[in-house]
Amino acid sequence: MSNPLLSVQDLRVSFTTEDGVVHAVSGLTYEVTAGKTLAIVGESGSGKSVSSLAVMGLLTGSKVAISGQVNFDGRELISAPEEETRQLRGEDMAMIFQDPLSALHPFYRIGAQLAEAIMVHKKVSEQQANARVSEMLHRVGIPTVDRVMRAYPHELSGGMRQRVMIAMALINEPKLLIADEPTTALDVTVQAQILQLLRELQQEFNTAIVLITHDLGVVADMADEVIVMYGGSAVEHAPVRELFYSAQMPYTWGLLGSLPQVNQDQQRLASIPGSPPSLINLPPGCVFAPRCAYKSQVGERCISEFPALQNVTETHQARCHLSDQQRVALRPSRSA
Amino acid sequence: MFPFVVRRLIQMTLMLLLLSIVTFLLFSAVPTDPAALTCGKNCTPQVIAANRTRLGLDKPLIIQYLTWFKGIFVGRTYGYGQAQFTCPAPCLGYSFRQQENVTTLLMRALPVTFYLAIGAFIIWMVVGIFSGIFAALHRGRWQDRGILGATLIGYSLPTFFVGLVLLQFIVVRWNLLPYPDYISPLKDIVGFLQTMILPWIAVAILNAAYYTRLTRSQMLDTLSNDFIRTARAKGLPERVVIRKHAFRAGVTPIVTSAGLDFAGLLGGAVITESVFGLPGIGRLAIDAVRDYDLPLLLGTTLLAASIIIIAMAIVEILYVLIDPRVKLQ
Repeated sequence: MSNPLLSVQDLRVSFTTEDGVVHAVSGLTYEVTAGKTLAIVGESGSGKSVSSLAVMGLLTGSKVAISGQVNFDGRELISAPEEETRQLRGEDMAMIFQDPLSALHPFYRIGAQLAEAIMVHKKVSEQQANARVSEMLHRVGIPTVDRVMRAYPHELSGGMRQRVMIAMALINEPKLLIADEPTTALDVTVQAQILQLLRELQQEFNTAIVLITHDLGVVADMADEVIVMYGGSAVEHAPVRELFYSAQMPYTWGLLGSLPQVNQDQQRLASIPGSPPSLINLPPGCVFAPRCAYKSQVGERCISEFPALQNVTETHQARCHLSDQQRVALRPSRSA
Repeated sequence: MFPFVVRRLIQMTLMLLLLSIVTFLLFSAVPTDPAALTCGKNCTPQVIAANRTRLGLDKPLIIQYLTWFKGIFVGRTYGYGQAQFTCPAPCLGYSFRQQENVTTLLMRALPVTFYLAIGAFIIWMVVGIFSGIFAALHRGRWQDRGILGATLIGYSLPTFFVGLVLLQFIVVRWNLLPYPDYISPLKDIVGFLQTMILPWIAVAILNAAYYTRLTRSQMLDTLSNDFIRTARAKGLPERVVIRKHAFRAGVTPIVTSAGLDFAGLLGGAVITESVFGLPGIGRLAIDAVRDYDLPLLLGTTLLAASIIIIAMAIVEILYVLIDPRVKLQ
């Protein structure tokens, strides 16, 4: 295996609020290699977005505390001065967001917003920048490039806007792209096109992608590796096929079980009872224990001891007190 | 754009017309005889009657209004024979107390008020916007609290109080400036500045406090937007994010307020002009009220209203230039 492009070690993020300290991310570790896609899956508030914003250096302010190591392309980012991470942002690592309408500035033309992304990093003339913008918009499949460059964000469709966002993020051919729910705000048909586009561009530029999503369909489509996050921690980490076919952790079972099955006559979609934990006063035990249907199989340990991330195989880790035999016996069967 | 301007001009004209009728009627309802005010203590009924005829006050109200209205466009001639005098268009009437045409009086006073307004405006906008942005960037820290505290004090200082305190200390006690005596900047720029600096400060303090708070809240609002995160994700330096992305997005309400506040000030800063003895529109209005000088009062009211109406139209056109999502209807 080649050297990872991005290596995140024991990343912890907490916010000080009036109600107490919110532990949004408590100890996240992963690696991404060039050309590969890591998906981070979880509910709202599981810490998946916050962890990526921390990697990008976009979490600032006196109320935020970040610890751990983020090694990007041979550089340590968490302790780096702001100016150093700023120069990497947009040039070597880029990000696209969930809602492209609110992520684009409403008062500037598309062409100007994209050209700005080039000119902040490269010493080029405005004409050169515009030529590159035009080329990139063409590359992401925008048919009327000249018109779109002169347009304002509100004049484009949602799919167009997300193409523009992708063009903006990839315009400097970054090594890493963090895509935060890139298709959530789009129509289903447009979703597929956008994912296809991301895959093509990834191959072309050999980009590493960190894909944040709650949509397991997108995961199956895009990811090489998956991290399932719950309550600020990674609860399972596996190559994509292993996650879908031999998940080890009850929360992952619940997630997979909540997928609608086309070939079954379901009255209701399955759901996981309960709601995500408050991240303010995390209990000592497993974060998922209050909602876990299998904790009686283990007993006291689930509410007194936070399970460690254990190797199931060399590439597959899960955080659960159930024994290997119990997991095999309890895992819900899925007709795939 | 063009149809908008035309429609807007028609609207403005109608509003002014309506306003002039209402004002005219109100002032005619004042229980005093304007003709009696035209001569001093030694009035005889004959003089009053003669003046009444001379000024056209013996005609029915509707005729008086129409004559006045016509005068705006073609001018007027008062009286007969030897005592005849003219009031060229745009004639807003004749002030029998000041013995001058209202238009002349207004045109003489307008530059003074304009200089007062523009100077104070520049000071309060610069101070307000910069301290507002600064406070927003240091939200919750001592710089922010300090600025907010200062604005609260600035907010609660009435202009007449600030004006009198400034006069008392800077002019009377410490003799740092000569006593304000208005002179046109075209004649004596130093004397002009020496006179104007205190009124500018007096007007600017209250407004600077308001614009600091407005800018701060606008900045805090826009800084939480997704497109600010995008701007940072592009790798833009923070000062570009603030200036080009955040401030630009929050500028619309500031422009609205600024346009109307500036226009309001142009209509006469009554208190400031009185405190500093500036011969501006505000002073003229005060004099008119005190003397029952109806034509002058009508003139100052209409001028102030026209300025506000024009400013509102300009602000609306500015919206389109600021925010491409706004279309003129």
